[in-house]
Amino acid sequence: MKLPFKRMTQTISTLLLMIVSGSVLAEYKLNFQEPVTALGQEIFDLHMLVFWICVWIAVAVFAVMFYSMYAHRKSRGAVSADFHENTTVEIIWTIVPFIILLSVAIPATSTLIDIEDASDSDLTIKVTGLQWKWKYEYDADGTPVSFISSLNPEHKLASARNSGVDVTKIKNYLLEVDNMMVIPVNKKVRLLVTSDDVIHSWWVPAFATKKDAIPGYVNEIWTKVEKVGIYRGQCAELCGKDHAFMPIVVKVVEEAEYNTWLAARKVEAVAAAAEAASDKVWSKEELIARGEKIYMGKGGCFGCHGANGEGVAVFPKLAGSAIATGPAEGHIDIVKNGKPGTAMAAFSSQLNDLELASVITFERNSWGNTASVVQPADIKAAR
Amino acid sequence: MTATTTHDAHHDEIPTGIKRWLFTTNHKDIGTMYLWFSFTMLLIGGMFALVIRAELFQPGLQIVDPNFFNMMTTLHGLVMVFGAIMPAFVGLANWQVPMMIGAPDMALPRMNNWSFWILPFAGILLLAPMFFGGNFSSGQGPAFGWTFYEPLSGQYDKLVFFVFAVHLLGFSSIMGSINIIATILNMRAPGMSLMKMPMFVWTWLITAFLLIAVMPVLAGVVTMMLTDKYFGTSFFDAAGGGDPVLFQHVFWFFGHPEVYIMILPAFGVVSEIIPTFARKKLFGYASMVYATASIAFLSFIVWAHHMFTVGMPVAGELYFLYATVLIAVPTGVKIFNWVSTMYRGSMTFETPMLWALCFVILFTIGGFSGLMLGVAPADFQYHDTYFVVAHFHYVLVSGSLFAIFAAVYFWLPKWTGNMYNTTLASWHFWLSTIAMNLTFFPMHFTGLAGMPRRYSDYPIQFTEFNAISSIGAFIFGFSQLIFLYLVIKTIKGGEKATDKVWEGSHGLEWTLASPAPYHSFVTAPEVK
Repeated sequence: MKLPFKRMTQTISTLLLMIVSGSVLAEYKLNFQEPVTALGQEIFDLHMLVFWICVWIAVAVFAVMFYSMYAHRKSRGAVSADFHENTTVEIIWTIVPFIILLSVAIPATSTLIDIEDASDSDLTIKVTGLQWKWKYEYDADGTPVSFISSLNPEHKLASARNSGVDVTKIKNYLLEVDNMMVIPVNKKVRLLVTSDDVIHSWWVPAFATKKDAIPGYVNEIWTKVEKVGIYRGQCAELCGKDHAFMPIVVKVVEEAEYNTWLAARKVEAVAAAAEAASDKVWSKEELIARGEKIYMGKGGCFGCHGANGEGVAVFPKLAGSAIATGPAEGHIDIVKNGKPGTAMAAFSSQLNDLELASVITFERNSWGNTASVVQPADIKAAR
Repeated sequence: MTATTTHDAHHDEIPTGIKRWLFTTNHKDIGTMYLWFSFTMLLIGGMFALVIRAELFQPGLQIVDPNFFNMMTTLHGLVMVFGAIMPAFVGLANWQVPMMIGAPDMALPRMNNWSFWILPFAGILLLAPMFFGGNFSSGQGPAFGWTFYEPLSGQYDKLVFFVFAVHLLGFSSIMGSINIIATILNMRAPGMSLMKMPMFVWTWLITAFLLIAVMPVLAGVVTMMLTDKYFGTSFFDAAGGGDPVLFQHVFWFFGHPEVYIMILPAFGVVSEIIPTFARKKLFGYASMVYATASIAFLSFIVWAHHMFTVGMPVAGELYFLYATVLIAVPTGVKIFNWVSTMYRGSMTFETPMLWALCFVILFTIGGFSGLMLGVAPADFQYHDTYFVVAHFHYVLVSGSLFAIFAAVYFWLPKWTGNMYNTTLASWHFWLSTIAMNLTFFPMHFTGLAGMPRRYSDYPIQFTEFNAISSIGAFIFGFSQLIFLYLVIKTIKGGEKATDKVWEGSHGLEWTLASPAPYHSFVTAPEVK
């Protein structure tokens, strides 16, 4: 509890310093992040235009109000006048605001039309929101490349109550993922945004792009980033328990680097698909080792079921649970197909057969559970 | 308030004990119950808010888990909107409308009783699931935000409690509104034409029509959720051919008029108070009425500005942008009228006036951020961030809630017959105002800097402003206990108030004795 007070004192003194010196220190953000797209700059300018209009109207209105409060107070001997209407004045203050609004609506219209024009894009990426991670799908010359991007699990564990970790020491706390989305610089990138479960919202403040990811809808947005770098954003629509724990990290690189990256991803994707499709029978240890990584990473299972299978709040525990220790069929079914009407997702759209087999085997043989081993072939048979 | 004698001999004695409150059909008793109910809910909703602010005091989770945090944001919103603000205005209407139009009581007194007594049961249904699950940390209250967007709300397994709570709240509001309309249209004193009605009565008349129009829509949307969840329909389930965005359209068709339901009576209160303490007639009475009606009309055709990011066609977005910013025109008229009422008046600054002036300034700030939010391209950046949270707390706390405080400080001497302690009242005012700004002003910055709302934990760069907001919130919360103490003290006794109470008082309620007799205006007064 000592820390925030120290930071607080710093903040207050910094704010005072700002007022005195008129400078804004970079650490204390009072306005939008610096935009790195032309559209972002347009939106920023529009935002500042409306802001200053509001400030000037406020100054005018409050000046009259404070003047009256000072000059027309009874204690100064003011006697009230008896006017109570004036048609001319009333018409003027209906029309003038209307004209001011027009001066906002015109630039807003042109910006809005630009935002919604995703035509002539250079490449398309599909973005799917999932409780509580993002899936990105690329088209690498006809080969689908897809991966899940989820919060670094160390951040999630550090966030928990009584974790004993000082989160202020963690670099990019809550803003670091295992797999970044990668896009080329100066290319018009079209994003198709959707969701597999509830509504999420894909937002990167520096790009000024925000769009809801809605099940059953494919929304379209685009961005053309002008500066190489790593940009961070977060989910903006309440999507359940771990809404605060599904960041978006985009790495913007030169085109050549992008092509190399995508080619490497393609090789990985082909290899992973082949591995999952093979008839190999895996050992229990191999499956458990792989499963643990998925449980704590790509699958994000620990978010609800706990790092030790103990369950979190209203979400069920797996240690000793009827499903995780019962017949394999029931366990495979719930992991593959989810449980409608709950946050339990259908993982068959996120994990391949080998990954499903691994994580199920891990859950059936951890935290005191001792149940059967599930092979990729069992998953395939159940498909 | 309780120990008054009837001035009309043929009326029965006032019943005593619990029966008086259970079976009462007296508008003053029912108004009192509404106000106490709403204050209780304000404290409950306020405690939820303090859990939120305590958790957000620093990054990392210290007090609650994310699911419990979401439950707090959800219940805070629902309790404040449906439990605190709306019933408080109905309570004020119950007390004041008959006295201001010279009527002996509400038009439908038995229904009045019923519309109040439904409320506590609705509150119990809403809050009960919090206590399911044995211990508090695994409470099973709703955790999907006060806007209960599908499909997230469909994942909630105690949904039925929420749905029936909303149904009951809807019944209560509709009955209350019918009563208010029937009273205003039928029971005005001879000579009081519509255009002679006090502004508070006008704003409530319009609000009541808004309520009747949109509460059935709310009931409809929760019923669709109910059948989706339990009877296999797919209104909002994409997998069954339904449409999650339809939910938002229906919800906000209710939701946008709803925000005006919470602010129009506040406009009415302020329009009563400012002329009283400026000792000058309200400037532009007729344009105030027309502006209120225009705002009410516009409120039905701007709903989708709450959902600019769902991916509407660009033509739709442009339409909702234009219609939304248009609301600034009639709202501006109101503010200009209030300022013109003060201009060349003879002002004094008693407690109700302090609250009313504070309302004008802070509500205007909330209106400006509203205008900014209405500009769709910029809204894509503001949407679902703390900027929105700052905006609606400026219009709902320093708007609606402050107007309610203003009203209580204005009429409390009339209700109780006693003058309150003005030193305590000043403490309440100054602490609340300073703390309110300390809490919500920094949220503009956290929002612009990029902090999404409804976050149980946040990146480090938002720490400072969140800490300031939390400190402000605790000061604000505990300041309300001063108000509680002050009101109880005033009911029990104090310096006797005159009938007129304030030097600049005008209107029928001030012609009654203080405290207002249990049965007032048994003979209708004449209005010239």
